[in-house]
Amino acid sequence: MSRFQLPHLSLLEHEAIHILREAAAQCERVALLFSGGKDSIVLVRLAQKAFHPARPPFPLLHVDTGHNFPETLAFRDRLAATTGLRLIVRQVAETIAAGRAHEEKGPNPSRNALQTVTLLDAINELRLDACLGGARRDEEKARAKERIFSHRDEFGHWDPRRQRPEPWQLLNGRKAPGEHFRVFPLSNWTELDVWHYIARERLEVPAIYFAHSREVIARRGMLLACSPHVTPLDGETVSTRTVRCRTIGDMTCTGCVESHAASIDDIVREITAARTSERGGRADDQRSDTAMEDRKAAGYF
Amino acid sequence: MQSPDLLRLATAGSVDDGKSTLIGRLLHDSRAILDDQLATLERVTRQRGEEGLNLALLTDGLRAEREQGITIDVAHRYFATPRRRFIIADTPGHAQYTRNMVTGASTANVALILVDARQGVVEQTRRHAFIASLLRIPHLFLCVNKMDLVGWSEARFTEIVGDFTAFTTRLELPDVKFIPISALHGDNVATASAHLPWYGGGPLLYNLETLYIASDTNHVDPRLPIQGVIRPNGDAHHDFRGLSGRIAGGVFRIGDEVVALPSGLTSRITRILGPEGELTEAFSTMSVVVTLADDLDVSRGDLLAKPGNRPLVTQDLEAMVCWFADEPLDPSRPLLVRHTTRETKAVVKAVRYRFDINTLHRDPGAPTIRCNDIARLQLRVAQPLLADPYHRNRATGSFLLIEPFTGATLAAGMLV
Ligand SMILES: Nc1nc2c(ncn2[C@@H]2O[C@H](COP(=O)(O)OP(=O)(O)O)[C@@H](O)[C@H]2O)c(=O)[nH]1
Repeated sequence: MSRFQLPHLSLLEHEAIHILREAAAQCERVALLFSGGKDSIVLVRLAQKAFHPARPPFPLLHVDTGHNFPETLAFRDRLAATTGLRLIVRQVAETIAAGRAHEEKGPNPSRNALQTVTLLDAINELRLDACLGGARRDEEKARAKERIFSHRDEFGHWDPRRQRPEPWQLLNGRKAPGEHFRVFPLSNWTELDVWHYIARERLEVPAIYFAHSREVIARRGMLLACSPHVTPLDGETVSTRTVRCRTIGDMTCTGCVESHAASIDDIVREITAARTSERGGRADDQRSDTAMEDRKAAGYF
Repeated sequence: MQSPDLLRLATAGSVDDGKSTLIGRLLHDSRAILDDQLATLERVTRQRGEEGLNLALLTDGLRAEREQGITIDVAHRYFATPRRRFIIADTPGHAQYTRNMVTGASTANVALILVDARQGVVEQTRRHAFIASLLRIPHLFLCVNKMDLVGWSEARFTEIVGDFTAFTTRLELPDVKFIPISALHGDNVATASAHLPWYGGGPLLYNLETLYIASDTNHVDPRLPIQGVIRPNGDAHHDFRGLSGRIAGGVFRIGDEVVALPSGLTSRITRILGPEGELTEAFSTMSVVVTLADDLDVSRGDLLAKPGNRPLVTQDLEAMVCWFADEPLDPSRPLLVRHTTRETKAVVKAVRYRFDINTLHRDPGAPTIRCNDIARLQLRVAQPLLADPYHRNRATGSFLLIEPFTGATLAAGMLV
């Protein structure tokens, strides 16, 4: 590699910082959508770097479904405290209580779709121009077509046919009132890049990413963690296994994988050798081939 | 081991030349496709009444596209080998989608243009080569696909190379390679093929892994467009005033004398902060914060250069633009220009000509500029741009035209 060439992880880092600074400069009210998962943890670190030695000029926004792993919530609060960033939490339970969304019928309902309503309500309430998200194009095929500054209409909807071309590094943050952007600084990162970066930066992640012993239920080819939100249905049994979470979402839809990874380096090794994709463990994507596309169009993360 | 670097490639080809199959093949042979994705692929292949693995389905698009039988837009794919990471901008090949190739290929190191060995060089091939030269993509690989269907014929390959070369002598394409492949059977994609003993240029993937890209970026003309001013609160950094930005050309070092434009005031660099800490020098495409010895009035949209190497400071622009919007250009309407970190009002002074991408002829006489047209415009902007000709610097030579009320991106422009 010549003197003026950057290793790919640094290149991705410089690109993400550029995007974060553009979002902050072009959009007046910005929030970073924080889920407690690895991608948003990386995003917070990049935001700190982008404005160092000042603090990032935006708060964290968490849409709490009420179905989070308790470890995720504890981690979230600790991260907000150590970074000094303001944390705004909006509850799906309140959206339901206000009659703006309805709990799914049946046993072990998922609130995955409902959180879109809470998110769009929060965007309106806080009059946000831009939400920073940790989504990556390698995650899923609808995401592969996503822009970096992704325009959302006044209903918060994504229209893949009306996406703005993004040639060169020119990001266009102009919009009509009431519209907003989802901004994705990690667009070009892969799952492995994220873990390499966590290792390089020695970032703390929630303990459930590491192997631990847990009661799980096998359902639709996945291992779901037993909890008040996931209880055994007819014919299902509970077993104790050594597992870890590969993505962190709601307890109702996040599958655990059997693993003995005890450190970040173990995780990097495991993923390098892994033969299933990270969203392979997500019940929300397995509902149909176009599940993500449909949710995105409606204003999902 | 040396850490891998990153290569950006853009693919183009007419419908059915085998672009989806080739991308699927690259992902598959570099093991970027995982078991659950393979299982889905097998299932969908079977559902369609086909056998084995239809690699083209891996890049099959959104439902919105399938329903209309079109490919909308640029999709990005990722794969890696131990030597390099790759980002593919997969751009659809339909005639009406010039804008997609411009969008997807603008930052590419290399354009992969596919032809079907039976068809040879067709109109679409010429268009793609022209756009590659317009965008100044540093490298171009012409992949002659479906060699299995022409009996792996060297004569046919040589004929196609000749046809392409005859056409492209009129274009500026600094580095062209020709690679015979069969995407369907995997010949000469990731591994050499026993069917092509007469070909000595190495498989496609090898050529991608070893392509020399260090000189693709401008390391000569120091340019730092300012994104923002960083002023921390609190006593710890009381006097800190940093200028943030992503270097768009050349190298900056501590102690360098710099000129701030458009003011023309000069100062010296005292600190350079990168994402990993203090630096003594920083170069193109790095995101940095610099501090200066003097408290100059510099803000977003300004640019740092060297007193002896400055960009143009100009309100009058001559540019080639690619029109993206569905509605044609109305030269009487006001526009915005977004160039580096600066946004300013603009008006069209003249439509010099429309470029006929099929014949490479100029069509003067104030023609109407429609979606996917390429035209030369004269523009006047309210605030001067701090710019270089596009051929000298892709970052400081490119801009967007924006609709002031909706914010829609109307066109991409390259300064002549
Ligand atoms: N015989 C042969 N067929 C190929 C080859 N590459 C692609 N095809 C076939 O050509 C057709 C079009 O390929 P596809 O990848 O969908 O083309 P695209 O429209 O350019 O994406 C499909 O039926 C492929 O199976 C090849 O190298 N040899």
